[in-house]
Amino acid sequence: MTEKHLSSQFDVELSGISNRVLEMGGLVEAQVSQAVYALSEFSGETAAQVLRQEERVNQLEVDIDRDLSAIIARRQPTARDLRLLIAVSRTIANLERCGDEAARIARAVERLVNSGVPTRMRLPVGDLRFEADLAIASLRNALDAFARLDTAKALDVLKHDDQIDVEFDGLLRKLITYMMEDPRTISSSIDLIFVAKAIERVGDHAKNLAEAVIYVVKGTDVRHHSVADVEDVVR
Amino acid sequence: MDTKVTLPAGEKAKIAVRDLNFYYGKFHALKHIGLDIPERKVTAFIGPSGCGKSTLLRTFNRMFELYPDQRAEGEINVDGQNILERKEDVSLIRAKIGMVFQKPTPFPMSIYDNIAFGVRLFERLPRVEMDERVEWALKKAALWNEVKDKLGQSGSGLSGGQQQRLCIARGIAIKPEVLLLDEPCSALDPISTGKIEELITELKADYTVVIVTHNMQQAARVSDYTAYMYLGDLIEFGPTSELFMKPKKRDTEDYITGRFG
Repeated sequence: MTEKHLSSQFDVELSGISNRVLEMGGLVEAQVSQAVYALSEFSGETAAQVLRQEERVNQLEVDIDRDLSAIIARRQPTARDLRLLIAVSRTIANLERCGDEAARIARAVERLVNSGVPTRMRLPVGDLRFEADLAIASLRNALDAFARLDTAKALDVLKHDDQIDVEFDGLLRKLITYMMEDPRTISSSIDLIFVAKAIERVGDHAKNLAEAVIYVVKGTDVRHHSVADVEDVVR
Repeated sequence: MDTKVTLPAGEKAKIAVRDLNFYYGKFHALKHIGLDIPERKVTAFIGPSGCGKSTLLRTFNRMFELYPDQRAEGEINVDGQNILERKEDVSLIRAKIGMVFQKPTPFPMSIYDNIAFGVRLFERLPRVEMDERVEWALKKAALWNEVKDKLGQSGSGLSGGQQQRLCIARGIAIKPEVLLLDEPCSALDPISTGKIEELITELKADYTVVIVTHNMQQAARVSDYTAYMYLGDLIEFGPTSELFMKPKKRDTEDYITGRFG
């Protein structure tokens, strides 16, 4: 927030809650990265680590939610402050779900490892890695946009979401081909489809985060709007 | 700055203010105010002390004329009639546009007579009809049940919240069209405030209500439209939900979010 309130305590509360959202965001981003690393390295250990983080993320969501309710009850925020708190509420719900997606990837990795699939058995793990890099970059940019209330960066995230969707479609086609060529890959290919879908969902959550940032700054709800419309709002 | 504002479609202006200037002696207290007060809606004026919100309210029934050196220029059209013109009869204006003040001001007489007093100035009613009118006004003001057994007792024996509702009952007993409320709850406890706010919401079915309040949350709760004023200027006027969620002016935003000063 730019200028200070008459009540400095209110400023402390608002910046405190923003910082905790960023802390949660950092944790979730690491979780997704680790899950993808676990996949490319076929590491059941890293996957287990991702799953252990889940509890912490869930607890942060509950804590931030509680603080949020307390601020609303005590301060009766309006305008930009109110929009920020609504955005925080949306953001932490999306971050928590990103964490769930990371856990989903980690569980798929555990299944792959336990099923004894020969390491990197001609599966397109590299393509998944590419899709994941795009999604993680989106998540990081969305969190950056939130930290600085930077609408230009938020708009970038929205613009790049298509790319992730295109990657997902490509992966799906590729995995279907694998399964048709070699039915032994069906079980592990299905797991990879789940992973690809989870990564694509991370991109969607990053998009929701970016939309929340634009809502805070511009006061316009840009959900379900075309990128061109959002560009008009941001400009 | 001329801040002429057009109301959304479907709203009819009960009071149309045009280029209104107001002076306390040489002090220019209201500067080129232009706004439309919509009919049968609650309009709130907010702003820091000295911004002119009470002054603006008091021009609507020419209350300022009670003081020397105060003058208003411009137009205040109530149903198309400029009430600032000399020929308009002040007591008729005030019968049409009632006012309730910050501190409850019951007359030193019985609860019944507090209500009947104003009515007698304008109407000759048979006893039965007057009884009905008193009951009607007290019911409208959500006070009837609390005072129906002691109508003969003095109005000043009531609690602050009850006194204020008595003043509102007195105001509506003469069946005005507009009700001006000048910080009606600032001397009241939260329960009484809640009752008055509930009452304001009910009154708008029949009346155009204009309320001045220091309490921003109160404006947000009860009003349909809000005007933000600062140093005699009308800064922003619009639907309350928009003004509190997404104000158009930075100054308004700073004030309602508490970043003012």
